[in-house]
Amino acid sequence: MNPVTFLTQMIRIAIPYLFAASGGVVAERAGIVSLTLEGFMLSGAFGAVLGANYSGSPWVGVLTGILAGLIFSLIHAVATIRYRADQVVVGVAINLLAIGVTRFFLKLFFDSSSNSPRVTGFGGNIKAAGFDNPLLWLGLLVAPVMAFVIYRTPFGLRVRAAGEHPDAAESVGVSVKRVRYAAVALSGMLAGLGGVYLALDQHQFTDQMTAGRGFIAISAVIFGRWDPIKAAFACLLFAAAETLQIQLQGSHAIASQFIEMIPYALTIVALAGVVGRAVPPAALGKVEG
Amino acid sequence: MTGSPLAAEIKPTVSGAPWRERAEEALIPPLVALLVALICGDLLILSYGQSPAAVYRLLLEGTWGNAYGFGQVLYKATTLAFTGLAVSFGLRAGLFNIGGESQLAAGGFAAALTGLALPVGTPLILALPLCMIAAGAAGGVVGSVPAYLKTRFGAHEVIVTIMLNFIVLALLNWFIAGHLHVPETLHTPEIHAGVLPRLADISPQFHGSAANLALIVAVLAAGVVWFYLFRSRGGYDLRAVGLQPSAAEYGGISVGRVWLRALTLSGMIAGIGGINYVLGYKHYYEDGFASGAGFMGIAVALVGRNHPIGVLVAAFFFATLSQGGLAIHAFVPKQMMDVLQGVVILAVAVSVPEVRRILRGARRRSDA
Amino acid sequence: MKEREEGSAIRMAGIEKSFGAIMANHGASLEVMPGEIHALVGENGAGKSTLMRILGGLMKPDAGRVEVNGRDVTGWSTNDAIAAGIGIVHQHFMLVPTLSVAENLVLGCEPKTRGVVLDYNRAADDVRKLSSETGLVIAPERLVSDLSVGEAQRVEILKVLFRGARILVLDEPTAVLSPPEVRELWAVLRRLRDKGDTIVLITHRLDEVVELSDTITVMRAGQTVARIKTSETTPAEIARLMVGREVSLSAGKRVQPIARPTNVRPDQGLDVRNLGITGSHGVRVVDGVTFKVQPGEILGIAGVEGNGQTELIEALAGLRTVAGGEILIDGSDITRRPVAVRHDAGLSHIPEDRHRRGLILEYTVADNLILGLQKHFAKHGVIDGDRVLENAVEEISSFDIRPPNPVLPARALSGGNQQKIVVAREMGRSFSVLLASQPTRGVDVGAIEFIHQQLLDARAKGKAILLVSAELNEVLALSDRIAVMYRGKFAVVMPSAEASEEVLGEYMIGTKKGNAA
Repeated sequence: MNPVTFLTQMIRIAIPYLFAASGGVVAERAGIVSLTLEGFMLSGAFGAVLGANYSGSPWVGVLTGILAGLIFSLIHAVATIRYRADQVVVGVAINLLAIGVTRFFLKLFFDSSSNSPRVTGFGGNIKAAGFDNPLLWLGLLVAPVMAFVIYRTPFGLRVRAAGEHPDAAESVGVSVKRVRYAAVALSGMLAGLGGVYLALDQHQFTDQMTAGRGFIAISAVIFGRWDPIKAAFACLLFAAAETLQIQLQGSHAIASQFIEMIPYALTIVALAGVVGRAVPPAALGKVEG
Repeated sequence: MTGSPLAAEIKPTVSGAPWRERAEEALIPPLVALLVALICGDLLILSYGQSPAAVYRLLLEGTWGNAYGFGQVLYKATTLAFTGLAVSFGLRAGLFNIGGESQLAAGGFAAALTGLALPVGTPLILALPLCMIAAGAAGGVVGSVPAYLKTRFGAHEVIVTIMLNFIVLALLNWFIAGHLHVPETLHTPEIHAGVLPRLADISPQFHGSAANLALIVAVLAAGVVWFYLFRSRGGYDLRAVGLQPSAAEYGGISVGRVWLRALTLSGMIAGIGGINYVLGYKHYYEDGFASGAGFMGIAVALVGRNHPIGVLVAAFFFATLSQGGLAIHAFVPKQMMDVLQGVVILAVAVSVPEVRRILRGARRRSDA
Repeated sequence: MKEREEGSAIRMAGIEKSFGAIMANHGASLEVMPGEIHALVGENGAGKSTLMRILGGLMKPDAGRVEVNGRDVTGWSTNDAIAAGIGIVHQHFMLVPTLSVAENLVLGCEPKTRGVVLDYNRAADDVRKLSSETGLVIAPERLVSDLSVGEAQRVEILKVLFRGARILVLDEPTAVLSPPEVRELWAVLRRLRDKGDTIVLITHRLDEVVELSDTITVMRAGQTVARIKTSETTPAEIARLMVGREVSLSAGKRVQPIARPTNVRPDQGLDVRNLGITGSHGVRVVDGVTFKVQPGEILGIAGVEGNGQTELIEALAGLRTVAGGEILIDGSDITRRPVAVRHDAGLSHIPEDRHRRGLILEYTVADNLILGLQKHFAKHGVIDGDRVLENAVEEISSFDIRPPNPVLPARALSGGNQQKIVVAREMGRSFSVLLASQPTRGVDVGAIEFIHQQLLDARAKGKAILLVSAELNEVLALSDRIAVMYRGKFAVVMPSAEASEEVLGEYMIGTKKGNAA
């Protein structure tokens, strides 16, 4: 196993997680449960293929993918913030809705139950090992940028306040609702971007192609204690495990299923506090009147 | 706000007919959701250039209008009834069990192993209970993990059950793929004992459909859940914890123990559901048979308002949608049903708090 | 020096505010002159906080008028209030624990460089500057969760001053402070007043009203009942206005001494030894409390709410852990035992908050009547519905619970009837010690009489009853002995024959300190 190929593959695998987890961090820090990353990602993937297909340009695909993620995130935001519906249930609904809607439009536009036609993506030079894809570089930057936003901007300060002590924020005139809408929208666009990367990298959309990546992303958020940089490291860790699984395939050293389990097992361990407690933002999941 | 809200006389928030109010709050959200689903359905059908009336008629013909279709609806409803009961049971205690899929799969797996371990020719009267016990135990073990982690570490059961889903399914996949599968497939060998009779065996018009005795088990399970929740002491304690944990604690109920019991039993119910596929349909365990059943169970519990009877009705409704999709496939892609399912859940999720707010506000104004 | 300004700094008149069916303010008013320290006093639930929230723009009144510095500002928002110079320092701190002092201070009005980046240096400098100006010193980088209560309060005050507040409202500021911190705060408030700021002090601690304030407004049950100059009144009068004279038929009545049951073992009844309870922020809310309640006796605990009574009852009931000491019922030590064990040992508890603890509002009246008693109504794990209904019918008729329908959900009943459910249940079971906490709160007059009679009957039957009530008349009418609780300790215990409103009042506000025998 060549360490360089391992690393490059690991990074390529990590990019969707990095996008989605960064989005998840900001939304959850603001107090909104983000089990929806999977749905946002899937819709972003489909949106990207739709746009790229009809325009011939991957950049248009990026825009349409982001838009798709944004639309779904706004549905999530309205349901949970304006209507105060249960955030977990809405999360499940959004994920199912995303699967349904993408399937429906897959059939409607591309007359297929399984995959779209091929679209042009970015890069393509084998020697560049994926590093000629601008989205990859964007993905590597998104976590540090998110860290900057959360810790060094007024918006980030308000996000942190909204997720820990919304009453305190309201008492100084900060509109917690507005902050949360913005945070959720951001998570939709970023997770959508994760889907865009995935779809353009594979040059097509396939049914349910995210295959649980959104849940790995939320695991990274939890394992990373809701900090963008730590979550990014968690993404890399999980991507490393996945790369390991792929590289070990056929070698029977350790069954691949066990490596598959690693992100999820680690998250449970984090929640149980075996290696220091993962304490979520205090107001996560509660939306007061 | 400092100060007890009891300083002034509190006016009753319910007028003279409590049952009507409970019924209103319970039934209006699903009806709203149904309405929203119908409207969405109309839009989607129209976007395909078809007539909604024609498509709906075809849907009903294909599901309730012919025996095979109806049988399929019953079969699908059975699995959904089990996962729906499981989720609603947990919700009654205030806990969210999202692990239905892995609990169902684990249960089915255990049932298959039992069915293989029993000698050929074991009478059903012996085989079925044994398989059910194994299935329930497997589901219960999976359900007990989040229960333990919550009571001991305060770990939120939503995330733990989601994570555990992946872990358990991967584990089961490892068992099958590694050791127990029939070559070229991902399923176990056919079981020797515990095969459930099909509906078709009793009534030949249902020939071809997968509906089987597990349906009766599901209905009985709903009855048992109802009895436990509303007639037993354990159910009294469980619902108290779900409604008002501070008062439950005051009344001497051990909240932690109730949580443990609730999630474990919830897992058990989902586990028993595995018999529908394994004992009643294919007669083996197949990797992936439980796919999606956990999330649909959440939808069923929600639309069924967490009541065993409601769950049965909701399971039937969602099964109809699912089977209906196949029936109308010539005119509108079955994917439309996937969209409608998501829409229904969203609509119910949003309307439950909204309806309650509107109704209670209106009542208060009319009392004033 | 005070500035000479025409008119009042704050004038609120005819304020009405309801939350659903609860009337928090009903005919409330307030007039504060500029440059004074104005005390707003009243018991818990009197409506003080609601009134101040309306002033601060956190909520809008249903009716009434609010004027600040002569300008009509009724129904304004928090941002308007902050811009006009009103700063509220909340009782439950509105500080984000995971953020630093500086971050909490600038939240909502963050200094920026280049439009996007938060200027932490500027924020820290601003904090330091304000600190030195006001004498409220605190390091800007410290995390709020690391601060002591006194320090956190300093940050709260700095927060409002940072936004240019000239009218400060402090809600129960000394509730969680130690005596030296209290004196420090008083010095700060005096300094601010001398600088020309206007201060409204919400409190129920009458010693600080007397020490600090220039004018006093008294509220009770959502209304304003008096406005007086501090120099023209006495602590006893303030206490009387606060606590109120209830139109109760038991006013003036006293319990008749009864023959104590003779063959009583010495260890029977309730025995509390050196009980200590630690609250949030590490403050001792109950400190070395020792007392006994004998069978056939009612010991009444008087005292303004917030002096540890709630925590004491919770600890006795098994709903709160104790830091030290012992609790014995009929000789058995139940200090760390769970609730169910205490029930078996003979303890019954009428909780002060029936909505949170005493009832499950969604359950029927019949089901609520067996809460805590499930095992007596179940056989082999199945609840005997007939017996539950029988029990309900019986209790409904004995206690005149209306409407007399056992299958109504409890939330359908009025507050008084809901309380009757709790009383019927707790006094209908077999017990030897009863904890009755605010047993007639929110109950109509007829029901009050009934409940009082129930307590006296239980006393005659040889039960030991611990009564906690904010209604002084109730305590005087029912108790054999009366204890006054002040700041977590028993300030005095006296036979009820020697007690009166005046005498007890002085212990209740801390101006008199006695022995706790």
